[in-house]
Amino acid sequence: MQIPSAILTLVLGMALVLGGLWVGQTINLLPIDASVNAPIYDELFKVLFTIGTILFVGITGLLIFSLIRFRRRSDQIGDGVAIEGNLPLEIFWTAVPAIVVLFVGLYSYDIYDRMGGMVPLAHDHMGGMQEERIWGGISSGSVGSEMVPDVLPIEVTAMQFAFLFHYPDGDITAGELHVPADRPITLRMESKDVIHAFWVPEFRLKQDIIPGQPTQLSFTATRPGRYPIVCAELCGPYHGGMRSTVVVDEADEWQTWFSSNAKPTPITDTTVANT
Amino acid sequence: MTVTLPPNSTAPAPKLQPTGWLRYFSFSVDHKVIGLQYLVCGFVFYLIGGALAGAIRTELASPVADFMARDVYNQVLTLHGTVMIFLWIVPVVNGAFGNYLIPFYVGARDMAFPRLNAVAFWLIPPAGLMLVASYFITGAAQSGWTAYPPLSITTPATGQIIWIVSVLLLGGSSIFGGINFIATILKLRRPGLKLMQMPMYCWAMLGTSILVVASTPVLAGTLVLLSFDIVAHTGFFNPSLGGNVVVYQHLFWFYSHPAVYIMVLPAFGLVSEILPIHARKPLFGYVTMVYSIMAIVVLGLIVWAHHMFTSGTPPWMRLFFTIATAFIAVPTGIKFFNWLATLWGGKISLNSAVLFSCGFIVNFVLGGITGVALAQVPFDIHVHDTYFVVAHFHYIVFGGSVFVIFASIYHWYPKFTGRMLNEDLGRFHCALTFIGFNFCFGPQHWLGLNGMPRRVAEYDPQFTLINQISSVGALLMAISTLPFLWNVIHSAFYGKVAGDNPWNALTPEWLTSSPPPVENWVGEAPLVKEPYAYGVPIDEIDLSATSGRDLWSSGK
Repeated sequence: MQIPSAILTLVLGMALVLGGLWVGQTINLLPIDASVNAPIYDELFKVLFTIGTILFVGITGLLIFSLIRFRRRSDQIGDGVAIEGNLPLEIFWTAVPAIVVLFVGLYSYDIYDRMGGMVPLAHDHMGGMQEERIWGGISSGSVGSEMVPDVLPIEVTAMQFAFLFHYPDGDITAGELHVPADRPITLRMESKDVIHAFWVPEFRLKQDIIPGQPTQLSFTATRPGRYPIVCAELCGPYHGGMRSTVVVDEADEWQTWFSSNAKPTPITDTTVANT
Repeated sequence: MTVTLPPNSTAPAPKLQPTGWLRYFSFSVDHKVIGLQYLVCGFVFYLIGGALAGAIRTELASPVADFMARDVYNQVLTLHGTVMIFLWIVPVVNGAFGNYLIPFYVGARDMAFPRLNAVAFWLIPPAGLMLVASYFITGAAQSGWTAYPPLSITTPATGQIIWIVSVLLLGGSSIFGGINFIATILKLRRPGLKLMQMPMYCWAMLGTSILVVASTPVLAGTLVLLSFDIVAHTGFFNPSLGGNVVVYQHLFWFYSHPAVYIMVLPAFGLVSEILPIHARKPLFGYVTMVYSIMAIVVLGLIVWAHHMFTSGTPPWMRLFFTIATAFIAVPTGIKFFNWLATLWGGKISLNSAVLFSCGFIVNFVLGGITGVALAQVPFDIHVHDTYFVVAHFHYIVFGGSVFVIFASIYHWYPKFTGRMLNEDLGRFHCALTFIGFNFCFGPQHWLGLNGMPRRVAEYDPQFTLINQISSVGALLMAISTLPFLWNVIHSAFYGKVAGDNPWNALTPEWLTSSPPPVENWVGEAPLVKEPYAYGVPIDEIDLSATSGRDLWSSGK
């Protein structure tokens, strides 16, 4: 006696889902995480990877099965069965993807909110620039609110083909970005010429740097180390060479670096921020 | 009331058509000739674009910029993108197959505006030649196929202007074609043929043409403004003169996202024609297929800003475009499930056309899954402008559209020429293309996730090995073209004679001779109300041609 096809289908479906979950949880395709929102991103990635694996393996499996099972044998003539449609089935496979997509959309909205993407950006983060609108970008949840006292502001200037980092607090200008771990950073980014993009793969963060429209990006680094800063927007012949490094130090090491480079005359925050 | 003369009494009318080989190389107004002109011309540009891709993959075989100068590299990648989109995929899936098939499908003797049709084709070769020649004369544009200002304003102006003029001509050709398709499908249907009785490719072309006519003028206007910025130093998009670069991106993507559907919707239509014939089953879910095409058309127009998640866009806009983009997966998913259901229970001939179509399904499903992932703002922020995106859209436009183009050539070649293609060579071509393609673009997902941006001539040496694997895949793809070329040229002269209807198909193009005569049918056009009436009803299964397992699996 044959095993009923419903049971076979159920078992296959369960195996598929479990396999997808296993793949999503164990196979890591991402670089190490080095910022507060990188693990949040990786959560989303795992969910998407799991759903994607289940769908891809399922559809490909179904296709290959059909091709083998329903191939035309050499002795066969005639047609297949004349099924022109099946409304309940079609409603089913319209509804299921719609629900999955809606779920993924809401979930990623939640992730985005936790990464700080939904923080309204127009409100001031440095005093005295009411006329200037700050565009786009992620502010790590904590940074967006004024309750966080300890934000380190850094000004980023992008030009063909380099990044310049300026620390208003100590009037330091550097070609490498030095940041302390576990302290919120806000980058205020401006471009001198064409569109560039600031991307640190280990932070899972990217923001275009747009001439004429200052943009802002906030993050909190977690893992000390050296990570590449990559320009991700075609900006000219040397685009591929437009790279820099972000050095994440422990807080005290960073303080040493900062004080050894800071200009001797202390300047108040507000005046610098206005330059 | 006009009286139609019976066909045999027509006086020797002034000949519109030059005969013989000449008509394939001259200003013909026969839709079939124009269709083949589009196809051959497109394929020549495919070879050019492929050579450019080869240059890119050669450069990327090593992490340093050693194969060509960096500005030349940017010219090559700009040309590669522009040629492949505007001179290969768009003209071939729309112009070539649309012109050849649509008049047959609606039962007409030609397109609604045959001269406009010929003009639309003849805009393409000069535009393409100009674009390619700009590389040799002044240096081509080097700001990518997206031509984002201010880069496109600051790079050498001549190349950029030639690029703009060329894209404007190609866009014009596309609009002429779109108007022609809409008029033909809506107004030239044979009396008695209802809209919901048309073959699915007609619906795909109707939807595509609506997109073309609605969105291409926006691109044209944008590029005209951009050319003013370059030539006349106006400040529409120039921030130093008070312009706004993000506005350009909105306008550009308002066309260029629908352009993706202009490249894949006709491919969906072609697959819907090919699969039922070779599976010997009706197309599953005709009505939902039609509605899903129209849903894609509507949604396709309101998702453009997902290309701009890392530009300055306000949060609410990101949320809206995330949801809208992800929902395109629903109508697209319906189509894929319908194709699987079309195959299910069929008697599938595993020939080159079917194998390429199935390769398309596999590749496009993967591209679609990464597409839904890319629609999610937080996901996109990491991988935007990286090789992940490069992999994603090649799975859509190569793994999707180009696979379908090959499937369609294998399917309709007997109609075009009256001779069959060699099936063994065809399957070999399919296997080699599929393997090469996946080797080339599969690993690029990983590259993007791990930190390799797109459009770079040099990269972090830790990515060398994966890039070399990708380059080997590209080489396999290049080699896979050779059996195809041999097959197409050799079979045209020595192939097995096909007969009128080698696939036992029911759609009207097969109900005439191969190749078809001028004006398509001798005598009246056939009225095909059920283009997919294959298969035997479940309760009339021919017991001599089926096995017990067939009965069991069909639910009896």
